[in-house]
Amino acid sequence: MLRRGKLIVVEGIDGSGKSTQIKLLHKWLVARGHQVVFTEWNSSDLVRQATKRGKKKNLLTPTTFSLLHATDFADRLTYRIIPYLKAGTTVLADRYIYTAFARDIARGVDPRWARDLYSFAVKPDVALYFRVPIDVAVDRILGSREKIKFYEAGMDLRLSQDPVESFRLFQGRVIEEYDRMTGEFGFRVIDGTRNIDSQQQQVRSIVTRLYNEPALAEAS
Amino acid sequence: MTPGKDGAKYYGHGLPYTDIRDLKGTLITIEGTDGVGRSTQVSLLKEWLEVQGYGVIETGWTRSELMSETIGAAKAGHNLNQITFSLLYATDFADRLEKIILPALRSGFVVLADRYVFTAFARSVVRGADPAWIRSVFGFALVPDLTLYLKIDADTLIPRVLRTRGIDYWEAGMDMHLGTDLFESFRKYQWRLIREYNKMSREFGFVTVDATQGPEEIQARIRRRVQALLDDRRMQSLSSSLETLRPLLFEAEDEEPVAAGTTVQGADEAPARAARAPSRD
Repeated sequence: MLRRGKLIVVEGIDGSGKSTQIKLLHKWLVARGHQVVFTEWNSSDLVRQATKRGKKKNLLTPTTFSLLHATDFADRLTYRIIPYLKAGTTVLADRYIYTAFARDIARGVDPRWARDLYSFAVKPDVALYFRVPIDVAVDRILGSREKIKFYEAGMDLRLSQDPVESFRLFQGRVIEEYDRMTGEFGFRVIDGTRNIDSQQQQVRSIVTRLYNEPALAEAS
Repeated sequence: MTPGKDGAKYYGHGLPYTDIRDLKGTLITIEGTDGVGRSTQVSLLKEWLEVQGYGVIETGWTRSELMSETIGAAKAGHNLNQITFSLLYATDFADRLEKIILPALRSGFVVLADRYVFTAFARSVVRGADPAWIRSVFGFALVPDLTLYLKIDADTLIPRVLRTRGIDYWEAGMDMHLGTDLFESFRKYQWRLIREYNKMSREFGFVTVDATQGPEEIQARIRRRVQALLDDRRMQSLSSSLETLRPLLFEAEDEEPVAAGTTVQGADEAPARAARAPSRD
């Protein structure tokens, strides 16, 4: 019988620390002898050009933004997620459909429409939500890397001319959406303000329990 | 779409961030399977409407600024599945709806859409998509004022396509692996598509035009339907702008022109257009 691989996803706003945590988890799972693949939001070749052009020329509306990401996701689900799960590989996803729900709804699309749109997705075995207050996320981003990006800051919504202020307002809405979804989708909430290593301990203890469970149904 | 009354309608949840109460134009869509002669009919109709003085904007399937190249490349690559196929179309359609169709309708144009969401429904459903899912994905689409369905049977269609331009990979549904023979695959695929269109005809209230006739006969029928629609809409616009104008007409004549201008701007477009159009007697 085909044993299904685990699908583990991390969610949270930019600057929540989720990418750091999933990298550490990846290392640990590999060290323990698991077959692991990693897939990242918005990374398929299929719509790369269109997304790039749309972003560069600010062509995107909330609906086309949403649909491009759904297309990207559907392509990765087909080629990067489902076959691996069927083969028993653990799939780690940096952002999953909840990112789309949170961002797209914060941009003004209908919540029921967004959920229907992604109804073809596979349910993850666990969704880890890294929760940080907006100020912590802003400080981390400003303290670390390049400029805040146009769409990350929700500049398309014209909430503010100032990118940092716009980021604060838009990502604040995104946090509200994540909080609303926590119960609906059973997120495991991780306090993203704690030390990196203590967060990782918590992540590992949650993930360990997944592997002790009996085999789940095959991915359809 | 009745301006000033119920307003335009969406098929599903719509675009919550977009106001569609002020759409003055008319949306006419032309549907039908590959090779049935849609494009010919659209250009004849456009010409005729422009001669009458209507502003016309044409929009065609997969021709969006955002997606046309991507869809071309994806189709060439043959690595699409039913879901990505449907979503690429949805993205293209959303881009054209928000960037072309809605702005044109706001400005009072007649929009002629060569294919509409029904093309996506037919193609996705024959490829195994859940009909409820694909309808929900396109729930942001506007309900057209008129959908003309060019109806043909597969046996009449095949020689026509062979005579004019030959069979192409996608029009033969070769991605569905119905068989290795191009001709047989085309026949089966088109037969299924046509069956979907026929089913949708009642669901969405298509106006069916018999496309087995010659192009002139088809065009004559189309013009009759379009004329009737535009006459209706002109009467509606006139009566609604009269309602808007009534209080202004009977008010003091030294009314601030600025105030009058802003109130009437939307309403006086329609009579101006009506005045340009020749009477048809």
